[in-house]
Amino acid sequence: MKSYDPRITRAKLPDAEDKSEPLKKMDEWETYEVFHQKKRGEQHVHVGVVHAPNPEIALIFAKEQYGRRRITANLWVVKSSCIHATDYEDQDIFATVPEKTYREASDYYVMDRIRKYQKEHSIQDRKELRRKNK
Amino acid sequence: MNYSKKEIEIIKELLFKIADDQLIIGHRNSEWTGLGPIIEEDIAFSSIAQDKIGHAQAIYNILHELGEADADTLGFLRNANEFRNCHFVEYPIGEYDFSLMRNFLYNNAELIRFEMLSGSSFEPIAKLAKKIKGEIKYHVMHADTWIKQLGKATEESHDRMQKTLNGSFNLALGIFEPGEYEEALRTTKVFNGERVLFDSWLSSIEKILEDSTLKLPDRSTWNQVYGGRRGAHSDYLQPLLDEMAEVFRIDPTTEW
Repeated sequence: MKSYDPRITRAKLPDAEDKSEPLKKMDEWETYEVFHQKKRGEQHVHVGVVHAPNPEIALIFAKEQYGRRRITANLWVVKSSCIHATDYEDQDIFATVPEKTYREASDYYVMDRIRKYQKEHSIQDRKELRRKNK
Repeated sequence: MNYSKKEIEIIKELLFKIADDQLIIGHRNSEWTGLGPIIEEDIAFSSIAQDKIGHAQAIYNILHELGEADADTLGFLRNANEFRNCHFVEYPIGEYDFSLMRNFLYNNAELIRFEMLSGSSFEPIAKLAKKIKGEIKYHVMHADTWIKQLGKATEESHDRMQKTLNGSFNLALGIFEPGEYEEALRTTKVFNGERVLFDSWLSSIEKILEDSTLKLPDRSTWNQVYGGRRGAHSDYLQPLLDEMAEVFRIDPTTEW
């Protein structure tokens, strides 16, 4: 027996016992991907999914699921079926050759140089000051 | 602003009915927790219920400042005849169509009531009304969205929503049962009165109902259910209070 729930499919139940009918169109809700924006002007970040019959209700649900326990400026919902994704089989397209680490942001260490410059010019680091004053 | 002793009593009466409405509908709606139609709706509905209980608590705290007992005592140790909520909020949750329709009719009135109170001369309630504005706005958004969806989704959903609207409308009219001191509340600029609230409510819900293809029951059938504001309740309230306060009453002095 095939089911949307992989646990049922794995159980390999005989088909004969399944008397259920496929859901009619209106009974089957879609999923919506939820994107959360913390502050106006910042980017929306994907936070999860809700089930809903339409975008308005998806927003109503998203507000409670994802906006209730964090600071929120704005939410987006997008039908999951609208998302186009790369194939995991093609994951190798992202593999960077080891000696090209200069392509990765993590390869850049600038704080040392900034600190050195600050010291040479007797500039105080404002962030550090704030931390000390706390 | 300074109020006379009599005016303070009138303000208290107003606060009691608002707080009691919020507590009782909040408790009723919390009965859906864990039983909602889908998990997302369960969470949203429960959260709305919890907000309302929070509003009740905040108003009981104001009453406490005015010399009444503390919030827990007011919420848990009074009997039905001491409550001033309307009958509508004490009715059992029924099926989901009724609970949603009740929220729709009640929340729209609640939103306008608190909008009116945000301009009240009685500062503690004006301040609270401004603070909880966003929460109530969401409660209305939730209810309006569902009513529109179910009003138009299928023939069955439309019929059920229309039937439950017809069955609950007279109860909803009970929200606007006038108190004895409507005029005094107006002249002291504490609250502009149930009549103003009712008119504004009616035009709000008419708009949403029209969008939902639902029809307001014919005026000739309107027959408001009054009594709650005087402490005369349906048989549903006392069992609700007994259940709600069951744990608290085991030991009212304990620290939670």
